[in-house]
Amino acid sequence: MKTFALQLDRVSKVFGDFRALNNIDLRVVAGSIHAILGENGAGKTTLMNILYGLYQPDGGSITLNGQPAVIPSPSAAMEMGIGMIHQHFMLVDTLTVVENVVLGLPGQGLQLSLAEHAARLTELSQTYGFDIDPHVEIWKLPIGMRQRVEILKVLYRQANIIILDEPTSVLAPNEVASFLEGLKRLRDAGKTVIFITHKLDEVAEVADRITVMRLGQVTAETEVASITTRDMARMMVGRDVVLTAFEKPDTPPGPLRVVARNLSAIDNRGIQALKDVSFEIRSGEILGVAGVDGNGQAELAEVLTGMRAPSAGSLAVDGEDITALSVYDRRHRIGLSYVPEDRHHTGLVLDFSVMKNAMLRDFRVAPFSKNGVLDMRRAREVTDAWVKQFDVRLRSVDQAVRFLSGGNQQKLIFAREVECRPRVMVVMQPCKGLDVGAIEVLQRAILSERQRGTAILYISTELEHILNVCDRVAVMCAGRITGILRPQDATDARVGALMGGISEAESA
Amino acid sequence: MEQLFDAQFMADFLGSSLRLSVPIIFAAIGGVLAERSGVFNISLEGCILGGAFGAAVGTYLTGSPFCGLMLGITVAGSVGIMLAMLAVGLGINQLVAGIAINLLMVGLTSYLARLILGGDATSTLPGFHPIALPGLASIPIIGPVLFQQDILTYLMYLVVPASWWFLYRTPWGLNVRAIGDYPVAADSAGISVPFVRTVCVIVSCMLAGVGGAYLVLSQVFVFTEHMSAGKGFIALAALILGRWNPVGAFLACIFFGMSDALQLRLQFTSPDVPYQLFSMVPFLASLLALVLLSGKVRPPAAIGKKYVRGGK
Repeated sequence: MKTFALQLDRVSKVFGDFRALNNIDLRVVAGSIHAILGENGAGKTTLMNILYGLYQPDGGSITLNGQPAVIPSPSAAMEMGIGMIHQHFMLVDTLTVVENVVLGLPGQGLQLSLAEHAARLTELSQTYGFDIDPHVEIWKLPIGMRQRVEILKVLYRQANIIILDEPTSVLAPNEVASFLEGLKRLRDAGKTVIFITHKLDEVAEVADRITVMRLGQVTAETEVASITTRDMARMMVGRDVVLTAFEKPDTPPGPLRVVARNLSAIDNRGIQALKDVSFEIRSGEILGVAGVDGNGQAELAEVLTGMRAPSAGSLAVDGEDITALSVYDRRHRIGLSYVPEDRHHTGLVLDFSVMKNAMLRDFRVAPFSKNGVLDMRRAREVTDAWVKQFDVRLRSVDQAVRFLSGGNQQKLIFAREVECRPRVMVVMQPCKGLDVGAIEVLQRAILSERQRGTAILYISTELEHILNVCDRVAVMCAGRITGILRPQDATDARVGALMGGISEAESA
Repeated sequence: MEQLFDAQFMADFLGSSLRLSVPIIFAAIGGVLAERSGVFNISLEGCILGGAFGAAVGTYLTGSPFCGLMLGITVAGSVGIMLAMLAVGLGINQLVAGIAINLLMVGLTSYLARLILGGDATSTLPGFHPIALPGLASIPIIGPVLFQQDILTYLMYLVVPASWWFLYRTPWGLNVRAIGDYPVAADSAGISVPFVRTVCVIVSCMLAGVGGAYLVLSQVFVFTEHMSAGKGFIALAALILGRWNPVGAFLACIFFGMSDALQLRLQFTSPDVPYQLFSMVPFLASLLALVLLSGKVRPPAAIGKKYVRGGK
């Protein structure tokens, strides 16, 4: 008989008239890795906040190590040995690792004994193979290391059950593998790990058991070994999801639309981030840009959209030189659309309503304005139509966009940037942190834009997504395009070599 | 003879620099505390005024400068409670709340001073007198400057290192620094953000109040209307110049005190130049210092932002 570290029976949570959790049953075996899989908005985070004492359940019972438990607050949860690692790190950037770890630690006395804590922390981090200098400030650490600090923080408080909320969504692809290794080491040390995710391959790789949630309910709980990723996706979304390539209509691309010649640019730190980049995109063609994050992709998108002036080179759309045009002219006269990487800061005004965010791009013109005055009635109709068409799930278009899930926020941005009928579209990391359902909607939207004849630049660090939709793939490394391939030629080995900076000419 | 005159001049200059610095040092240390916890304390000016008023009234009523000091701290502390309720409790814009409090304190202290002190407002109050520390005070030049001072100056010598030790060497100081930079992290570690901020704001105002009490009990021995005269704002400039560090703020205050002492000297030595020109010197110095150091200073990240749990 297995012992359950944690057992939930018929736990429910209601917000107003919205049932966030409906009779959730959960059984987590002690010393195992348990994945909780579900789409954005399935109720995973609500469930974890109940376990961490941030919310109180409206019904049902929680059993911790065989004892009935009530978790009134996060500090009580910590005392019971439950540690939570939030999606957004709870670390103070300006403090050192050890300062962050001892922050709020009870029983510290009058004076901080950082040296002593640092020694114990070093010992602990060596136990789990985390290689961390306790005296370095957080802002100097890469994201993957910061996550280790978060884990050390809960381990230092003797947590036995460690809950991780979407832990890999903030990591670079090359950091994920070592993170998953870390989870296995935690399990081997006897800790119980609960991790929330919507990434199927990660579940398949590390989890022992899995609970699938959909719309506030548990749809399945099973051993991971007994289930395929395809079944997981179906249980999560409630229908079959096209995980592999879309059927791409084989329309020949149209005339040359975007011509970039020898573009160079300097980044905010004064370093040359873009070096002599040239490419062309035809009407009805999707050019993918692959590469490890931070190799000039962000600067390339900014140069195209006009947010960063190139230091050299030229950019033309349909034969017209747009190098010197303002952002406004590019967006409204040239017809350039932009789906930025950071939807919270660049793509949306979080405290504005859904409707106002829908109006952000074209509020000056019809249908949002008439004779220079905003036409709110028409705007509401248009927004309602977009919400339906793009399956944006929300309570009302007057709701602040902050309260939409990531996938629904991104769908709203897509609606805005696609419905203006652009000639050129720059899409950056559109699927970052989204579940398979939302990714499918967005990739279909991109493909239908291609059908319409838009020239699209699709920047992503996820090669699989690029290969799914793109007609050609450019690979960037250290600010240069090291090669442009057709998808069928883009083998892992070739793309990997290009990402590493070995250009085709040298490798040939 | 010439040399003796120079040494005497130096000692006088340094002495008046120190005396002019003491009130702004108290206020600036208070300001550092509040701002490190993430609350702008614009009301330092009003707290200095409140401290001065309380000190004058307490001393007038009891005849004891110690009682005056206590009342001064109490008045400034009440100002702190008011600011904490407005800025931390209700989440009102911290700058607006601070400015409103400053305006309120100018009117309120003037009114109450006339009511309570009445005709005695211009008569000299008892105050603190210099106590020479045996041995130390006989060191040439710096001895008399540093160690022949009143009790509040000696208190300042303690407050500066103590506040530094508190911020950087105690768990509570760590809590304050964390809350000023990223309150969500502190909250998730089980620290009450509103509680820490409230305490910091109140203590901050009490420290500024000691600065105000110094004006009355150690410098001029009377209360005059709006006698803070911008010292709270100089303290704000000093704490920015001092990078939100108590020791840095202390050094910046000494710098401002020296420029103030210099302008007083200039007023005396050049009577044919309008004195208003010289009284601008400390303010110009603070502007210049801020401009020269602009871009290099990084305030606590969460300063001025209301903390709401669960807000993304």
